[in-house]
Amino acid sequence: MTQLDLIRNFSIVAHIDHGKSTLADRLIQMTGTVAERDMKAQLLDSMDIERERGITIKANTVRIEYPAKDGRTYILNLIDTPGHVDFAYEVSRSMRAVEGSLLVVDASQGVEAQTLANVYQALDAGHEIVPVLNKIDLPAAEPERVKQQIEDVIGLDASDAVPISAKSGLGIPDVLEAIVTRLPPPKGDREAPLKAMLVDSWYDAYLGVVVMIRVMDGVIRKGDRVRMMQTNAVYGIDKLAVLKPQMVDIEELGPGEIGIFTASIKQVRDTRVGDTITHERKGCDQPLPGFKPAQPVVFCGLFPVDAADFEPLRDAIEKLSLNDASFSSEMETSAALGFGFRCGFLGLLHLEVIRDRLEREYDLDLITTAPSVVFKLHMKDGEIRDLHNPADMPDLTYVDHIDEPRIKATIMVPDDYLGDILKLCQDRRGIQLDLSYAGSRAMVVYDLPLAEVVFDFYDRLKSVTKGYASFDYQISEYREDHLVKMSILVNDEPVDALSMMVHRDRAESRGRAMVEKLKELIPRHMFKIPIQAAIGSRVIARETLSAMRKDVTAKCYGGDASRKRKLLDKQKAGKKRMRQFGKVEIPQEAFISALKMDG
Amino acid sequence: MEDWRHGGFGLYLHWPFCQSKCPYCDFNSHVAGQIDQKRWLAAYLAEIERSAQETTGRTLDTVFFGGGTPSLMQPEIVAEIISAIRRSWRMTNDPEITLEANPGSIEAGRFKAYRQAGVSRVSMGMQAMNDADLRRLGRLHTADEARHAFDIARSNFERVSFDLIYARQGQTLSDWEIELEQALSLAVDHLSLYQLTIEPGTAFGDRFARGRLRDLPDEDLAADMYLMTQEVCGAAGFPSYEISNHAREGSESRHNLIYWRGGDYLGIGPGAHGRLTIDGIRWAREAPRAPGKWLDLVERGIAGEDPRANLSPEEHAEEYLLMSLRLSEGLDIPRLANLLGKELPVSTFYSLAESNLAMVHQGKLRATQNGRLLLNEVIRQVAQLVL
Ligand SMILES: Nc1nc2c(ncn2[C@@H]2O[C@H](COP(=O)(O)OP(=O)(O)O)[C@@H](O)[C@H]2O)c(=O)[nH]1
Ligand SMILES: C[S@@+](CC[C@H](N)C(=O)[O-])C[C@H]1O[C@@H](n2cnc3c(N)ncnc32)[C@H](O)[C@@H]1O
Ligand code: SF4
Ligand SMILES: [Mg+2]
Repeated sequence: MTQLDLIRNFSIVAHIDHGKSTLADRLIQMTGTVAERDMKAQLLDSMDIERERGITIKANTVRIEYPAKDGRTYILNLIDTPGHVDFAYEVSRSMRAVEGSLLVVDASQGVEAQTLANVYQALDAGHEIVPVLNKIDLPAAEPERVKQQIEDVIGLDASDAVPISAKSGLGIPDVLEAIVTRLPPPKGDREAPLKAMLVDSWYDAYLGVVVMIRVMDGVIRKGDRVRMMQTNAVYGIDKLAVLKPQMVDIEELGPGEIGIFTASIKQVRDTRVGDTITHERKGCDQPLPGFKPAQPVVFCGLFPVDAADFEPLRDAIEKLSLNDASFSSEMETSAALGFGFRCGFLGLLHLEVIRDRLEREYDLDLITTAPSVVFKLHMKDGEIRDLHNPADMPDLTYVDHIDEPRIKATIMVPDDYLGDILKLCQDRRGIQLDLSYAGSRAMVVYDLPLAEVVFDFYDRLKSVTKGYASFDYQISEYREDHLVKMSILVNDEPVDALSMMVHRDRAESRGRAMVEKLKELIPRHMFKIPIQAAIGSRVIARETLSAMRKDVTAKCYGGDASRKRKLLDKQKAGKKRMRQFGKVEIPQEAFISALKMDG
Repeated sequence: MEDWRHGGFGLYLHWPFCQSKCPYCDFNSHVAGQIDQKRWLAAYLAEIERSAQETTGRTLDTVFFGGGTPSLMQPEIVAEIISAIRRSWRMTNDPEITLEANPGSIEAGRFKAYRQAGVSRVSMGMQAMNDADLRRLGRLHTADEARHAFDIARSNFERVSFDLIYARQGQTLSDWEIELEQALSLAVDHLSLYQLTIEPGTAFGDRFARGRLRDLPDEDLAADMYLMTQEVCGAAGFPSYEISNHAREGSESRHNLIYWRGGDYLGIGPGAHGRLTIDGIRWAREAPRAPGKWLDLVERGIAGEDPRANLSPEEHAEEYLLMSLRLSEGLDIPRLANLLGKELPVSTFYSLAESNLAMVHQGKLRATQNGRLLLNEVIRQVAQLVL
């Protein structure tokens, strides 16, 4: 058991790439928590994809022992939180488990959109905050200017901000001292009944479900029988450990401590993040205020390119969802794409990460349909329905009105690009809420429909600002707008996988772009093919793919017979990679490219 | 009667070297510094002897020296090969012995000697009739040189053909029409008119993939060019007897007809293909493509051990249909039925007539004008209907 005043629990908040993971690595290294030879760069980003993309997706944690200048040895528990908006919910719940934050700002870049979003969450969680100015080794670093910016934009006192270079190790001892002297120790009562917060849980191939907890009151020991207060399930603790970051068994965890346990829990889904864990007998009466479970906000269909891969896809999705409760899936059939799954994600990055993992770890070739948000259909009979898939849109005569999710987006951008950003937001049906300046950077806040953001907003933002803008958002509310379902008809047959919900005023331009693109993508056939975009029965854009006129080999002599015969055989087999729509064959690539929606 | 006899029996001999590699060409052709022609002669003679042993008793209808650029072969070498062939097989009364020639000045000086060596027909790679396009096609000769070479060829040979490539970068319909009229005014008895094909793995193929081969005619213009070509040539007495080949009546390339009519042929030289029916089994052979490798195998006396595949009746039928549908005379339905061992009533092909792709006429299935433009589709549909 550790004395409360020798514990410090903290997280690090930062905009992506400002050096959060590097700093975490340095802290671990400098306190000798991990032997030098085991030090892989970015220790805490453990998933391949995290390492590759340099982003943190799951919260990770590490327990560090630090002999401070006052002669006492402290236990520092660091929870490394995800930086990306898609995983904001993980950030908020992890923050509830700690008392303070290091706010890392890249001294050559300054405050960015995610810095703001994350620091506000830390303030909401009641954290004490220590500003840290990173990358002061860079010639472009301007620590004084960035200090000023922290004060102006965030309203924090930055006079004692710690200047460091996480890369070289400069200033790291000062960070460790600041953690001990400036962050508060946790509170808690060792004698009270056990009250622990379920911070996170994940599936481990060897141990099964692993649960991470923060003890508030009481003591938890190996062998204890505990109750999860929300699910009311009871488990015996098989293993109790702390993460250094590898698991080290421990006899007990007391107030203020953070650790993990296993308890023969079958599925990650059996655990609720934010749940309160207490003893089966003599438990506490009042649970901690729970968390709202993360809701998927972006949906898309995932279909195997090869229909034979449906079963492997089902298995892979099941395995992944064991470890990721925020990812939902449901079987879906599409006339165009056959059997697949409608999957829900926290955002586009989450979608990409999951799709990447399915393709990479499970060796699957997938078709992803256009991402869609969840619309709320207010039916004339008063019922409210969630619409996850535009293909399921009921007849309009039954629908009174449609609400769509709106977001509050914060964008920080050098003022040179402000005009482009305003135009982009305006084009996406945005409503400006705020515009202010911090030095030569502007901060704009917009109310935007999420549907306009999930397609390509982020890519457009990056390209119009050459990568200099940063962006963060929060879902704000559902609001009515004039939304319609746009269907795509190829040779007069609707192609369900290509239908989408669009704003009435933007339907024509979307429709035109789509049919033009499809005209390029669908190969000519022996007959001419009308390609139309329609709202209900009204055609809003139309192109005609003319009939094939020429397909003949110019030269064919004795040496070509074998090759031509093999080609003919291959064409017979090649039919598999085409999807038949009435008389029209559409290559898989056409779906993929048409749905990429890059313009 | 064995099926191949409908097509005849020919010998193809491949010379794999050229002076330079044309950017559009995916033939098995190579540029080499020093070529020991004596050594190559010995190898060809060895292969002729070996092939003859496998086909004793047959009568040879045609010989074709193809390439590469066979007009780089010394005339004495050609002469020795032809006399070896004459010694090894009985030949028809007026065998067709064709040699492919490039229209350069070296070649022009050799035509007479080729004639004396026994060559009866020359097919010349003119490709284009203006210097700018010849340069873009990477050709070494000018239009004037080509015309001069052609004049010498026609004074030495009764039968002379030449090749043009059209649907070139930037070419318009009327550009091609004017050029075609010029070509027809020169033509003797035969013309090959190929639309430029962008072959993967060639210099043009790479450029095309990188979007660097601009102004190629689109599908519609290419189709119009083809139709115009048919019309203009037909009116000039050079109707097409195959997709890209035109001849005065009776002057068709007899050697190439063997391929399209499903006859037997021997392939001698690097990468040469052969089809040979022995005891009712049709064998497909392909010699190793690399010139050095081929030469080595022949010199070590083991070229005869190349793998050969026997074609199943379906494969044989597939080859027959995809080759014969290229011909204006069409595919012989009873022959196809016989190969497949099943009845093929005329009604089998109704759907093709309905969509104006092919018609049945006196037991032959012939692509219509529309069908010729879409021949790959016709072939796919016929294959689907009969296999
Ligand atoms: N020059 C310099 N580069 C740094 C420093 N700290 C981190 N970096 C680099 O900045 C990039 C992003 O760092 P990372 O720790 O992954 O950022 P995170 O996204 O906040 O976790 C990496 O390339 C690091 O090597 C520093 O102090 N100086
Ligand atoms: C084997 S080649 C060569 C004959 C000779 N070496 C010459 O180039 O004159 C036969 C003919 O095929 C044609 N040809 C070759 N490659 C072609 C391509 N990519 N597209 C169209 N025709 C082609 C040319 O007209 C060429 O003359
Ligand atoms: S077109 Fe003729 S000359 Fe040119 S590389 Fe091909 S074979 Fe040789
Ligand atoms: Mg990181």
